[in-house]
Amino acid sequence: MTSSSGTATADTDAVIVESGGANVASLGFALERLGARVTVSADPGRIAAATHVLLPGVGAAADAMRRLRARGLDRLLPELTQPVLGICLGMQLLFDGSEEGAGGATTCLGILPGRVERLRPAGDLPVPHMGWNQVASLRDAPLLRDLGALPYAYFVHSYAAPPGPATDAVCDYGGRFSACVSAGNFHGVQFHPERSAAVSARLLGNFLKLRTQPERACA
Amino acid sequence: MPCLDVRDGEVVKGVRFRDHRVVGGILELAARYRDAGADELVFYDITASPQGRTVDRTWIARVARVLDIPFCVAGGIRSVADAEAVLGAGAEKVSVNSPALEDPELIDRLSERFGSQCVVVGIDSQTVGEDYRVQQYTGDVRRTRDGGRRTLEWVLEAQARGAGEIVLNCMASDGVRRGYDIEQLAAVRRVCRVPLVASGGAGDMQHFAQVFTLAGVDAALAASVFHSGEIKIGALKRELRANGIEVRP
Repeated sequence: MTSSSGTATADTDAVIVESGGANVASLGFALERLGARVTVSADPGRIAAATHVLLPGVGAAADAMRRLRARGLDRLLPELTQPVLGICLGMQLLFDGSEEGAGGATTCLGILPGRVERLRPAGDLPVPHMGWNQVASLRDAPLLRDLGALPYAYFVHSYAAPPGPATDAVCDYGGRFSACVSAGNFHGVQFHPERSAAVSARLLGNFLKLRTQPERACA
Repeated sequence: MPCLDVRDGEVVKGVRFRDHRVVGGILELAARYRDAGADELVFYDITASPQGRTVDRTWIARVARVLDIPFCVAGGIRSVADAEAVLGAGAEKVSVNSPALEDPELIDRLSERFGSQCVVVGIDSQTVGEDYRVQQYTGDVRRTRDGGRRTLEWVLEAQARGAGEIVLNCMASDGVRRGYDIEQLAAVRRVCRVPLVASGGAGDMQHFAQVFTLAGVDAALAASVFHSGEIKIGALKRELRANGIEVRP
């Protein structure tokens, strides 16, 4: 399959952080469709050497953080200077903490300010929030370029980050939550960019076009 | 949501669960529905459970490679290890039917390991007198039998055990294209708090509109009308939108 948008250059060396989640294969296939070289690894040296790092995740926050800590990745990931994309649970892990887990408090990577909370949608909507929903941009963000107005993306989650300083786009499911976030070289999407049809290739293509900045910009 | 019944590596379709004929290759149909704008695909290995074997998984990774929409795989998934292999190959969800009736705790184990969002419970339901009853081993008509449970009770139990979605296939309507079983689906909707997917009976576009508005389901599954090309997904979505139902363009 070829894509007209965001074909990766030959020197793209994307690494998907092996997190024990189940969506690693489909994410890898989506990146390969864009022409990227993709490796799945939990090795800190390999991750540090990547041009692009993707942190996927399906499962529970506490469990995922345990796995990252066991590999020392809880210290490595916040130090990375190349473009990093957290997906679903992987995006939630970028925040200070999550309500998910024993005692309602799991310490996460602390890269983005804020705390992930359980979805408590108004109107008796079912949780998990599962299916296609619209993404509304709040501001310009490189990942959201050329996605069109209110694109539909595929969501599967029970927890979410409330809108905050890192929020680029929101989704409404009986209340608004962060759909896309970013700060410096760190990006996150609550939906599944590997399973969001037209949005998939665009957004992942936009991510692969990002390059490591010599200095981390604060703008 | 097109449903592809897979038997021996090909997509087949029967009428009221019998007399299956081949409708095409798995990858060819998967790509066709992807391009047509399907929201999700479901693959049922209809021979897996009756033959007491696990779904042949070699095609799952090939499907995952070409699809950029979610898909669910059903058929003979009896353990966490079975599910792990299917999800690891790139499926978003696994659907359990007969094995969950044999071993209801399978639902608990799957949802604890993968989260309830990955765990779909498929229910084949038959109207028996005034009641709805669950049927088992529906892939092989010679082995199909009563699952020993009332449908509404099984829906409640499945969601209590961690099912993240229920697909209700109303067997009397399956493949005959006279419309979804609105009455039964509405009855299940009243007790079902997780996403509910209607299956069995779609014949024309109004049937889809009816099942969304009258039974309040979250998604509608169909096979024959999509395979035959009789209903085009793009036209169906326009029709649903014209009926005030929110759908992805």
